[in-house]
Amino acid sequence: MKKKLTAVDFRGTPEQEAKLLAVIEKYRGVKGAMMPILQEAQEIYGYLPPEVQKIIAEKTGTPLEEIYGIATFYSQFKLNPSGEVAISICLGTACYVKGAAAVLEEVSKQLGVEVGGISPDGRYSLEATRCVGACGLAPVMVINNEVYGKMTADQVASVLAKYKA
Amino acid sequence: MNYTDLLALRDRTAPVITAADGGFRVVVGLATCGMAAGAGPVMDAFKEYTAGMDNVRVELTGCIGICQYEPIVEIYEEGKPKVTYVKMTPDRARRVVEEHIRGGKPVEEFMLTENGKPAYSIDDTTFMKKQVRIALRNCGVINPEDIDEYIARDGYQALRKALTEMTPDEVIDVVYKSGLRGRGGAGFPTGLKWKLASDNRGKVKKYVCCNADEGDPGAFMDRSLLEGDPHAIIEAMAIAAYAIGADEGYIYVRAEYPTAIKRLQIAIDQAKEYGLLGQNIFGTGFNFELSLRFGAGAFVCGEETSLMTSIEGKRGEPRPRPPFPATKGLFDQPTVLNNVETYANIPQIILRGADWFASYGTEKSKGTKVFALGGKINNTGLIEIPMGMPLREIIYEIGGGIPNGKELKAVQTGGPSGGCIPARLIDTPVDYDSLAAIGCIIGSGGMIVIDEDNCMVDIARFFLEFTVDESCGKCTPCRIGMKRTLEILDKIIDGKATEKDLARLEELSDYVKTASLCGLGQTAPNPVISTLRFFHDEYEAHIKDRRCPAHVCKRLVQFIIDPAKCTGCTKCARKCPTSAISGKVREPHVIDQSKCIKCGVCMDNCAFGAISKN
Repeated sequence: MKKKLTAVDFRGTPEQEAKLLAVIEKYRGVKGAMMPILQEAQEIYGYLPPEVQKIIAEKTGTPLEEIYGIATFYSQFKLNPSGEVAISICLGTACYVKGAAAVLEEVSKQLGVEVGGISPDGRYSLEATRCVGACGLAPVMVINNEVYGKMTADQVASVLAKYKA
Repeated sequence: MNYTDLLALRDRTAPVITAADGGFRVVVGLATCGMAAGAGPVMDAFKEYTAGMDNVRVELTGCIGICQYEPIVEIYEEGKPKVTYVKMTPDRARRVVEEHIRGGKPVEEFMLTENGKPAYSIDDTTFMKKQVRIALRNCGVINPEDIDEYIARDGYQALRKALTEMTPDEVIDVVYKSGLRGRGGAGFPTGLKWKLASDNRGKVKKYVCCNADEGDPGAFMDRSLLEGDPHAIIEAMAIAAYAIGADEGYIYVRAEYPTAIKRLQIAIDQAKEYGLLGQNIFGTGFNFELSLRFGAGAFVCGEETSLMTSIEGKRGEPRPRPPFPATKGLFDQPTVLNNVETYANIPQIILRGADWFASYGTEKSKGTKVFALGGKINNTGLIEIPMGMPLREIIYEIGGGIPNGKELKAVQTGGPSGGCIPARLIDTPVDYDSLAAIGCIIGSGGMIVIDEDNCMVDIARFFLEFTVDESCGKCTPCRIGMKRTLEILDKIIDGKATEKDLARLEELSDYVKTASLCGLGQTAPNPVISTLRFFHDEYEAHIKDRRCPAHVCKRLVQFIIDPAKCTGCTKCARKCPTSAISGKVREPHVIDQSKCIKCGVCMDNCAFGAISKN
């Protein structure tokens, strides 16, 4: 699986960094500590942006590419955060022929978020998924586990309005 | 803690387990599957309704075993056989408290049934009677979050015995003679593995590791063991450490198992507190430190060299063998790595002896094996059977047969590394060698039952897609060979393949199997090889007749409206997502095959049974 770097600006707080440094300190001298450090770093930040990887690289004396190699190898590690509003649109066959692509395009246009990406403010993330098995409701859009069926491009604005910050 | 303390604690706690100390012990199955079925609120309800009753103890336990009847609650009462209640709800809990605990009358309608009669205890059912529980002996019996209950069932006695009465070589000898073979899939003799790592005790740093990175889809043996009896694994690892001369260990458990991780951590902390882990255990000068490491979602890390690379904090890619872990393993030191279930057998083998263990099973496959029985079977569940039990007994007696009167087609074992046993070989004994003889493996213990409604090409494709996704990419045969294999399978399923492709499929499978670096690639073609061997006719039907005999492969299926049955209600036409159905009201409708995407919505919605798959 290919992982994309994120478009969201890094918004780490000094508190988060202090926590991360404490984690790195906790594992100082422990053999094979990179996995637990990355796992705990992801707990702190919600994902592993390059900024976080750089801090870990500097403080542990590990080359950044090695850390990046680990972060991209395991599916649990995320290079992209999920938005507060996580939108996924089914691109299964039924949804596709019923115009899911148009819905996807409209959402992307309205929010300014590319497929597989996240809005710079971190509020909206947009994903295209495989068949979610709700062909009778095609096209299907799922927002934070809420299912919206029989979507049309025209309805996008009114659905998204519910999630305005 | 010394031996006297251990015995005293055991004797003090033992009566609690069976409620022999008076009153009632209510245990609620709170493994992951129980929780998903709603066991949490059931437990709360029991606590609420028995609040203030001094003679009732409500406790959690691990997996009781018969999944589709969760939540399961068992009630122990002094001097009486235990009672098993299934499919419990908070409301049912209230009735059990009132009628059984207060009223003394067990509630028969919440029990399992056997031959049409209520079975008071799960132990009275065929499902359980056919089983032999060695690895699972404490699962569903003790509270896994309480070390005292483990000790009450002779816990840590085996470690005590090994440390104080046996030399390390004697420990290895007992394990070797027991005939125990690795339960993770490969079946390597455990005693031999330990022996190979036993040189230079005390001179070389060594490690003991536990593979709890259970990744096969449809397998949950290790999860259940860790959730139900974590101390058994800890005790066994300490014994292994003593045997080979290690003083440090790691349990590599997948991060997707939060309950198992939580209970393991509790267990490790409790064992440390009691001095059963750490320095100078039982005053013998033996030291053993144990830590957890979490997987991060990579199937290949179930392979031993990848697992150790991952513990070292790197990308979990395999290394060539030799050198084997016994000589050069974790951090390049000699290492013993065993699977969870393998360890779960160790304390009993040390306590009861090699001969006792070897009395179960067949000549070359000793003891028992835990299977996660699933798929098209009536009794989905976690079962433990003596090696060599014919498949027929597992499917039709313990498993209770195939639901909905369907015909058995095959049984898939060993997950993505395994194969399919066809229905006509149902009398095959389930042991390492009998399955190997028909190109299958016991594997880690997933056992998926497949019926006539499943397409074998589709099943093979399912596993292939999984391994292609999980290939780490280090070696070419696995990375590219499997991808090409999957593409051929896709062609077959889409009805675009020729007989040339079939030959190519066989050839590729062989190459990948022979040339891949690690166990993942070497076994990944197995689902294809095995289905090609036993279900060649299904492949041919897809290729020659452009037909999927099980009506599964969508491209090869046509939905057809029977004009004699169609009433022209228009419902299907309205529901069709692609407007492929047309027809006048009260006249038979027709499906335009060029527009149909085979989603099946029309068939699901037809009230007259007029639509069928062809």
